[in-house]
Amino acid sequence: MIHAYQVVVAAPYVAALVLLAIPGYRIGAIANVAASGVTFAAGLWLVFGERSVGDYAIVDEFNIVFITINTLVGFTTALFSASYISHEIETGRLTPASLRFYHAMFQAMMGSMNLALVANNIGLMWVGLELATLITVVMVGLYRTPQAIEAAWKYFILASVGISLAFFGTILIYLAGQPALGEGVPAMTWSLLQAAAGRMDPAILDLAFIFLLIGYGTKVGLAPLHAWLPDAHAEGPTPISAVLSGLLLNVALYALLRFKMIVAGQPAALDPGPIMIVMGLVSLIFAAFMLYQRRDIKRLFAYSSIEHMGLMVFAFGMGGPLANFAGLLHMAMHSLTKSGIFFGVGHIAQAKGSQRIADIKGLSVTHPRLAVAFALAVFAISGLPPFGVFASEFLILTTTFAREPWLALLPAFGLLVGFGALLMRLQDTIFGEPVGPAHRVDASSVPMVLHLLLVLTAGIYLPPALVAWFRRAAELLG
Amino acid sequence: MSQVYDISHLLAGVMLVTSFALLYQQRIAAVLNAFAAQSITLALAVAWAAWSENRPDLFITALIAFSLKGVVIPVALHRTVARLGIHREVEKVVGVGAALMVGLALTALAQALVVKIAQGPASQAREELALALAIILMGFLMMIVRRNAVTQIVGFMSMENGLILAATGARGMPLVVEISVAFSVLIALFVFAVFVFRIRERFDTIDIEALDRMRGDRR
Repeated sequence: MIHAYQVVVAAPYVAALVLLAIPGYRIGAIANVAASGVTFAAGLWLVFGERSVGDYAIVDEFNIVFITINTLVGFTTALFSASYISHEIETGRLTPASLRFYHAMFQAMMGSMNLALVANNIGLMWVGLELATLITVVMVGLYRTPQAIEAAWKYFILASVGISLAFFGTILIYLAGQPALGEGVPAMTWSLLQAAAGRMDPAILDLAFIFLLIGYGTKVGLAPLHAWLPDAHAEGPTPISAVLSGLLLNVALYALLRFKMIVAGQPAALDPGPIMIVMGLVSLIFAAFMLYQRRDIKRLFAYSSIEHMGLMVFAFGMGGPLANFAGLLHMAMHSLTKSGIFFGVGHIAQAKGSQRIADIKGLSVTHPRLAVAFALAVFAISGLPPFGVFASEFLILTTTFAREPWLALLPAFGLLVGFGALLMRLQDTIFGEPVGPAHRVDASSVPMVLHLLLVLTAGIYLPPALVAWFRRAAELLG
Repeated sequence: MSQVYDISHLLAGVMLVTSFALLYQQRIAAVLNAFAAQSITLALAVAWAAWSENRPDLFITALIAFSLKGVVIPVALHRTVARLGIHREVEKVVGVGAALMVGLALTALAQALVVKIAQGPASQAREELALALAIILMGFLMMIVRRNAVTQIVGFMSMENGLILAATGARGMPLVVEISVAFSVLIALFVFAVFVFRIRERFDTIDIEALDRMRGDRR
């Protein structure tokens, strides 16, 4: 009997092998979409299927939320990529050979992220996240320009530092679990570790969590460990920027939360909440101010991702069913909106032949429909009603206010600062005298519109079934 | 029993000494030799753990460490350096004296962090963890204070040596993880190789400083 989680992990890897063998890039793009569609279907099957806990794989309410978002955005990104990437061949930025490699790596990356999400073994989770990271490093350097190589190098150095620290933290968790669970595989199995958390060595657990926080925090993009993130977003292909912001940051956050659940189970160990609150707030406010100085549109939204990841880490640091619910909702909304924005940025970069904000003036004159869609997406991400991001941000702020009124001022301040910067930049790009070339846009607008519709629907009406599902996931988080 | 720990501590200590040696070398060839020495010591330490704790699966890890990181990678990097004709001298951000002082401080930090948890029955195994942590931190230090891409690669792999030492010190840790570490070294090598050649292709140098001039926002 095949389980849905096996399909979610195996289908992308099989597809990667097949894609390596397909020479034509047009067929490759279609196969890429088909494979992502199969994975998405398996992800949906998982939602309605049974929950199970095995030695190496776990399927519970918590990771199904992540898997669903992962497979959905993977599918829409593949759709976008299929219509977008042929333009890169025409302009000579990519060769058919590198595009074949790109499609295979895209699937391998999706498979690795899904592996990290379903793994019940903390070593396996680490392997999945590391593989996904290394693949994105190669993808960021795909254009082979000096800037792309610089970005990939910096990403690689910082990511490997993060990976190493996370691995050391994983070893420490194993050591902490050894007295309770004995030697071997059980002391690396997440569900057993969580159940035995109360009997784990608190001193080692403290040290382990610090290493894991710094290690996986680097991958989440928490300040001051975020330096790789803007460069990697700006220099890689746009579909990869969408997947980086929308998915890979989430998977790293997922890993961190799994360990938070273990540490929270041992009262004698440190309380992860306050540390996460501080790191989240620092990232949020720092990134909000950094938004003002950006001249590259992809860098702008990369900093906006740091801001939103900071807000999520803050919400999960607050803890409790309501804040966790708000954090999960915000994560879903941010993934959908931010990847949608990167699709839009891809359109703009094709229309204008540049990513510099100074070169993108007057979009409303040259590409009115694109300008409207892009403006709506930026409204959504900056937290304006009636979009879903507003709902989740509002929920985070109100739950914080109900518990710690003064603390709520800080995230509210950071969000306002970021809001101002985004609207300023939006005005620069939409209005003014058009400059530079105005090419026709070939890329499909369906994925972007779809994401916007989903976020809009979530902002207006959240189905009770969805609320109940997220609530159960939030309860698991404790 | 204590002799078992004496020997594994001795080997871990030798690895730490080679970490310091990595920091004060003046020529890239010497850095590569020091790294090879560290990897071979690691292989010995892992093999010792495999024999003394009767865990034959660890011999595979030892073999990978010896063949790949002790022989293949140093030889390949020696060749790359010779063929590319890059600077034979190590380019430093921080002088040798200062780097060694920081290295000493990091070692003390690692001891202080781990001593706190090194109590109870498994305390001797955890002391090895302190040495491993010191080696990991020294690997970071090397990545920060050395500018050339090849020396940064060596710093990274030295860090991985520390990680494998730590994984070996954690008794009974499943082989799954050790294979993955070896695997990650392979991927790392692949990625590094791609970069070294691409950087060479673009700049005729593998000096990281040349890359810093290409920062996107300063275009």
